[in-house]
Amino acid sequence: MSGFSTLLYKEVLRFWKVAFQTVAAPVLTAMLYLLIFSHVLEEHVQVHGVAYSSFLVPGLVMMSVLQNAFANSSSSLIQSKVTGSIVFVLLPPISYPAFWAAYVGAAVIRGLCVGLGVLLVTLWFARLGFEAPAWILVFAILGGGILGTLGVIAGIWADKFDQLAAFQNFLIMPLTFLSGVFYSVHSLPPFWQQVSAWNPVFYMIDGFRYGFFGISDASPWKSLAVVGACFVTLSALTLALLRRGYKLRA
Amino acid sequence: MGRCRNTPFMIPAIRVAGVSKCFGATRALDDVSLEIPRGEFFGLLGPNGAGKTTLISALAGLVRPDAGRLAVMGLDVQADYRSARRQLGVVPQELVFDPFFSVRETLRIQSGYFGIRDNDAWIDEILENLDLMPKADANMRTLSGGMKRRVLVAQALVHRPPVIVLDEPTAGVDVELRQTLWRFIRRLNADGHTIVLTTHYLEEAENFCTRIAMLKQGRIVALDSTRNLLRSFSAHALRFRLAGGRLPEPLASAAKEESGLWSLPFDRFDEVAPVLAALRDAGCVLEDLEIGKPDLEEVFVRVMNRAEAA
Ligand SMILES: Nc1ncnc2c1ncn2[C@@H]1O[C@H](COP(=O)(O)OP(=O)(O)OP(=O)(O)O)[C@@H](O)[C@H]1O
Ligand SMILES: [Mg+2]
Repeated sequence: MSGFSTLLYKEVLRFWKVAFQTVAAPVLTAMLYLLIFSHVLEEHVQVHGVAYSSFLVPGLVMMSVLQNAFANSSSSLIQSKVTGSIVFVLLPPISYPAFWAAYVGAAVIRGLCVGLGVLLVTLWFARLGFEAPAWILVFAILGGGILGTLGVIAGIWADKFDQLAAFQNFLIMPLTFLSGVFYSVHSLPPFWQQVSAWNPVFYMIDGFRYGFFGISDASPWKSLAVVGACFVTLSALTLALLRRGYKLRA
Repeated sequence: MGRCRNTPFMIPAIRVAGVSKCFGATRALDDVSLEIPRGEFFGLLGPNGAGKTTLISALAGLVRPDAGRLAVMGLDVQADYRSARRQLGVVPQELVFDPFFSVRETLRIQSGYFGIRDNDAWIDEILENLDLMPKADANMRTLSGGMKRRVLVAQALVHRPPVIVLDEPTAGVDVELRQTLWRFIRRLNADGHTIVLTTHYLEEAENFCTRIAMLKQGRIVALDSTRNLLRSFSAHALRFRLAGGRLPEPLASAAKEESGLWSLPFDRFDEVAPVLAALRDAGCVLEDLEIGKPDLEEVFVRVMNRAEAA
């Protein structure tokens, strides 16, 4: 076993041992969203010609993937920084790319677990097509990877839990909520459509949704380009921070 | 000796050259240079805040020095960090643990970080030697402080590092563990492992360390074999209480008195008999007579005071 696979294994075990909080709870949250929004809006809204609850499901699944990927790497890092047990991964000969890959890998796995859970549960409520499954997988993994990487940055940067909460409340939440989880951006006024066009999370969700319906606000290729570029940029930034030992090695 | 330095097996276990480190305005390390040969049991002593942990952290790559270089078994801790870290096992000063895992899981995971699989035979041996076997499957959270300390020692050893650094391993630890721990560490030392120890229990350092460095405010203020340090800064002393009579000169001015206990330093044992004769002749009645050995505590105090004056 290499340092990478052990760290990945340990990070997966860490959330899996408390799967009730880390997987089951977010699935329940997503279900509540679906119940409430679809019940209220089902009669009134159709998007791209699909029923609102069907439209909503992929958005909720992706939102769960993203939020849980972020939560996994960021909370693991801040926790081990605050308790000091981070030394156990800083003392061994784990290279910084391996360090990054393990934390992000575990984040993606947690995101996919929750996403799959949400999908399975919501299939009871809404009918979905799976027009282009490859796109579904690509966007789920890239989206999870981006948020997992953001989680690594936030976890390294934050010294306290409330700083992490600020990162989550002022960056992650607005980006996900203003990304078209609950609506098609075409239903927004032109100004907010413009704003959404600058939100990378919009492309993650839009591309992901394309995989289900074969219809989307933007071309999936364009979304892939945006999301891919985000992933590469953030990963490069994170690797540079880890290489310098930013906030991890005094 | 000088010529041998270049041959591979004379590469020291640890080489620290001109290392400085500041934290804001605090100079934690100030141009520290130090070489520790292989197989040595080395003591790193100094008051709180002297920079011991900072030096260890620099060796382990947890702290990046502002200047200077460090190498473990000839491997630079920055340029060659992965190889250097394989050579080094560090027992951190802080009592840290990962609450998610049992003792055995913790040790297996730590082995995995070093790329070692199927390490159970060695893990069992470590557990056995540290009297941890009964707790092998207990969750880390449920262990007492001393038990957690043992696991920290175990974690530092999973990859059989040739160089072992213990940062105050006996702080808050009961007599039994101290004895268990020292027995194990001395065995590892006898097997050829280099040991670096920091401690505030000076008798531990005196008993185990063959060489000692004393740090004060980030500077090395003494670096010598334990024997030489004891010889140069501490002496044998005749200790006694006076039940009657007064100390004659010149003994009186050479002696120190502390709550009735007199202490007369001497260098050679043949000085003792004439001193006793002089006391008898002066009519002194002695009580609780004993010969005190030089001790590291006295050395420590003197070295620190001398550094103060300098
Ligand atoms: N991460 C840090 N940030 C700021 N200051 C630090 C940091 N680490 C150490 N220091 C400072 O550097 C100095 C040396 O600290 P260090 O922990 O190396 O001392 P020490 O010799 O190990 O002391 P002790 O015996 O108490 O463990 C102290 O003044 C300490 O406050
Ligand atoms: Mg210390």
